[in-house]
Amino acid sequence: MLFFSFFKTLVDHEVTIELKNDLSIRGTLKSVDQFLNIKLDDIQVVDEVKYPHLSAVKNVFIRGSVVRYVHLPANAVDTALLEDATRREAAAQANKAK
Amino acid sequence: MADTENGTSTVAEPLDLVRLSLDEVVFVKLRGDRELRGRLHAYDSHCNLVLGEVEETIYVVGDDEDDDDTIRTVKKNSEMLFVRGDSVVIIATTT
Repeated sequence: MLFFSFFKTLVDHEVTIELKNDLSIRGTLKSVDQFLNIKLDDIQVVDEVKYPHLSAVKNVFIRGSVVRYVHLPANAVDTALLEDATRREAAAQANKAK
Repeated sequence: MADTENGTSTVAEPLDLVRLSLDEVVFVKLRGDRELRGRLHAYDSHCNLVLGEVEETIYVVGDDEDDDDTIRTVKKNSEMLFVRGDSVVIIATTT
């Protein structure tokens, strides 16, 4: 649930998603679900010359499982808050396991 | 279990080792001959990660025209990176 909540805080930010097939897509994060499926608006393929297939496409739905990386704007991420949330999540998981 | 009840600093399960690396620079080995080095800001039980100030190294084999055995490395940098856990192979602390 941690990363689902984290990505919800990044809605309307510009991100670059690198897929496992090496395709990189830049666009505005519009929505995310519990599987980390992602909807992007106003997309642009980073290496358009190499991957011209999507040049006419404006919006995409990306299945979470094909994502390798999401490059994020550093100024949109509160790292201290994120680390605290991670510790809380880890503690919750440990309690569940007991 | 007595050793898990006295606070958050004990190592009871493997991911606790990762927890101790929060806000430290870690080395991450990934599928597809990729490695990352960056500051760990978040992780979960799937090994999804958020790393800051990341340097990615990609090992490309046999890309040369005349020699199939050469290994070329490609380096990329990213200020903040989410890594999906299913690509992660190893998370190691750096000294």
